[in-house]
Amino acid sequence: MAQTLYDKLWQSHVVHQEDDGTALIYIDRHLVHEVTSPQAFEGLKLAGRKPWRVSSIVATADHNTPTNNWDKAEGTAAIDDPIARLQVDTLDANIRETGSLAYFPFKDLRQGIVHVVGPENGATLPGMTVVCGDSHTSTHGAFACMAHGIGTSEVEHVMATQCLVQKKSKAMLIRVDGALGKGVTAKDVALAIIGRIGTAGGTGYAIEFAGSAIRGLSMEGRMTLCNMAIEGGARMGFVAVDDTTIDYLRGRSFSPKGDAWEKAVAYWRTLKSDDGAQFDRVVELRGDQILPQVTWGTSPEMVISIADNVPDPAKEADPVKREGMERALQYMGLNPNTPVKSIAIDKVFIGSCTNSRIEDLRAAAAVVKGRHVAANVKLALAVPGSGLVKQQAEQEGLDKIFVAAGFEWREPGCSMCLAMNADRLEPGERCASTSNRNFEGRQGPGGRTHLVSPQMAAAAAIAGHFADVRELNF
Amino acid sequence: MEKFVKLEGLVAPLDRNNVDTDAIIPKQFLKSIKRSGFGPNAFDEWRYMDVGQPGQDAATTAQRPKNPNFVLNQPRYQGAQVLLTRANFGCGSSREHAPWALLDFGFKAIIAESFADIFFNNCFKNGILPIVLPAAEIDALFAQVEATPGYKLTIDLPAQAVIRPDGKGVPFQVDAFRKECLLNGWDDIGLTLRHADKIRAFEEKRRIEQPWLFA
Repeated sequence: MAQTLYDKLWQSHVVHQEDDGTALIYIDRHLVHEVTSPQAFEGLKLAGRKPWRVSSIVATADHNTPTNNWDKAEGTAAIDDPIARLQVDTLDANIRETGSLAYFPFKDLRQGIVHVVGPENGATLPGMTVVCGDSHTSTHGAFACMAHGIGTSEVEHVMATQCLVQKKSKAMLIRVDGALGKGVTAKDVALAIIGRIGTAGGTGYAIEFAGSAIRGLSMEGRMTLCNMAIEGGARMGFVAVDDTTIDYLRGRSFSPKGDAWEKAVAYWRTLKSDDGAQFDRVVELRGDQILPQVTWGTSPEMVISIADNVPDPAKEADPVKREGMERALQYMGLNPNTPVKSIAIDKVFIGSCTNSRIEDLRAAAAVVKGRHVAANVKLALAVPGSGLVKQQAEQEGLDKIFVAAGFEWREPGCSMCLAMNADRLEPGERCASTSNRNFEGRQGPGGRTHLVSPQMAAAAAIAGHFADVRELNF
Repeated sequence: MEKFVKLEGLVAPLDRNNVDTDAIIPKQFLKSIKRSGFGPNAFDEWRYMDVGQPGQDAATTAQRPKNPNFVLNQPRYQGAQVLLTRANFGCGSSREHAPWALLDFGFKAIIAESFADIFFNNCFKNGILPIVLPAAEIDALFAQVEATPGYKLTIDLPAQAVIRPDGKGVPFQVDAFRKECLLNGWDDIGLTLRHADKIRAFEEKRRIEQPWLFA
C-alpha cells in the first residue's frame, strides 16, 4: 500500500505498540537547552536513573544568554542576570556530568539557537526522530525528520528511556505550487498557510509540505517553513528528501562520511511519500499568488498581506472571534481598516530560530545596503542564529552593511523572539519582527509584535513603517 | 504524580480562544530551575497591574496591585479547581511551566473546546485532566457558571463524565493508557522501562542498519 512520508517515519521508529495504538517511539536525537532541562536532570537524579544514550544529546545555551558585551567578564560571569546565569551554569554542570555527542557552551564558536546549531553541524539527519524541550523543534522536519517539541517530563523520559509514549497523528498534505515572486519568502508562505488553516488548523496532524514552491526552497527556507508548523497547531511539519537536502548535508561535522555517506544517501532518497499515498486532509495554495505577509494581531493567524487593511471586527459573525479581534486591536493599538503600510514601527528584530540563518541575513542585508534605518526607529537588531552563522556573515561583510545602515550587530541567541534576556520591547512599542509569535507580551510586557520576513523587516526598518519590499530596488 | 479519580470543584471561566502558554506563564519565570512555585505568577500579565519578576517572595507578591477586571481575581472564583475555557487552549511554547503554574494555582482539570497538542500532553504528565467537550456543551457551561455563584462540577474519570449541578452528565473521551496513568498516579518512565529489553533490541538493530545515527 502506498505510504506517506509520515507513515515511513513513524513505522521505522516503533519499538512497541499497545492495542489502543499507543506506541513507544525510539528517539535518535535529543537537543537540550538551559530552560527546559534542569528539572529533567534533577528528576533523573532523584529517581537514581542514568541517561540511556548520551550520544543522542546535543546541547547548547540559547534562550537566556545575552547578545552583547560578551567580553566584559570570563565565561558566564558576562551574564548580568543572576537567575539566568544560574540556569546556564546548571546546564553546563549537568551536561559535563552526563556527557553528550556535542555541547556548545555560552560563547563557544558553535553555540547558538539550538534549531540553527543542530542542522548546520549535521547533527540533524534525514529519517531521524528529533525532540527538544522547545516547540520549534518542528524546524528539523525540513530534513524529513519526525521532529517535535516536548515538555520537561518528556525530556526526562527521553533521557531515561530513549523513547516517548506517542499516538500517531493524522496526516495532512499542504501543497504549494507555482513559483514565489521576488520579495516573497518561505516566511510569507508559512504565514499565508497559517492565515488559511488557522492556529489550530494543524492540531492533531503531522503536516507534509510539498509542491513546486516548496521544492524550490533552500534548506534554510524549508527550516523556516517547518519551524512555523507549530504556529499552525501541528507539532511537526516536514519536507521530503531531494538533492537540496543531500547537497546541504554533504561535508557537515556529524554527517556520515565515505561508505556510510553513500549508504545513508541511498536510504534518505526513500524518504518521500509514495505516489497515491492517502492523506487525512489536503490543503492547496498557489505560490505565485502569495504576497508579502504582515500579522496585525496577537495570534499568527491574524495575518494579512502588505497590500491589505487591518480587518474590521464588525464584519465578523462569530461573537467569540469578534471579541478576540477587538481585544487584539486594542492590545496592538490599531484601528480597523488602517492600511498596513501606514503603521509606523519603533523597533526591528531580525533573528530567531525562524529567520536567523545565513540566507535570512543575506536577504535582509540586500535590502538595507546603501540605505539607513528611519529616524523614528529606536533600535534595529540583527542577531545571527549561531556563532558559525555570525562568522560566515562577517566573512561576507554583512555585519558592515547592517552597522552602516544603523543596525546593531549582535552575538547569537534567541534574543528578542521571547525576550528572556535584556533584548525586549517596552510597553506600547511596536516591532517588525522576523520571529514566530506575536502573542501578548511575547517580546516584552505590553510590546506589540508584527511578524514578517527578513526582507520585510528590513524594508520596514528603512521606511519607518511597513512597506512593500517588492517596491524597493534591491 | 498525584492520582486523579473523581473531583468536585469550583469552576472558573476564561472566555477566550487561543490562550497561549506565554499568557499562562510569562517567560521571565522560566529562568527557575525548579518545578514548583509558579502558581503566584500564573497569568501574571493579566492578573497584575505591574510586571512580575522571578524570585519575588510571597510577601512582595501579596502586595502587587491586582487587575480587578481579570476574571480569576474575582472573589467568587477563588479556590477554583476547574478551568473552563474555549478553543486551542495552551497553544504556543512547549513550556511545561504552564501546567506546573496551573496546578500550583489550584487547577486540577481544564475543560475546553480544544487544546494544543503539546500542552494537552504535558497536562497528563502532571496529573491534570484536560477535557474536550463540544462547543455547544461549552456554551451551556459558560452560561451556567456565569449565572450561578459557587458553581461546581463533578468530574468522574472512571465514568468519563462531567456531571453538572442539574444532574446532567456530559461524556468525554480519554485515551485508555492516559486514563490508567491518571487513575493510578503512575510515573510513565517506570512503565516504559518495563520494555527495556525491547528498546535495547530495537537500538541494536538500528545501530547495524543505520550506523551513522550512532556516531
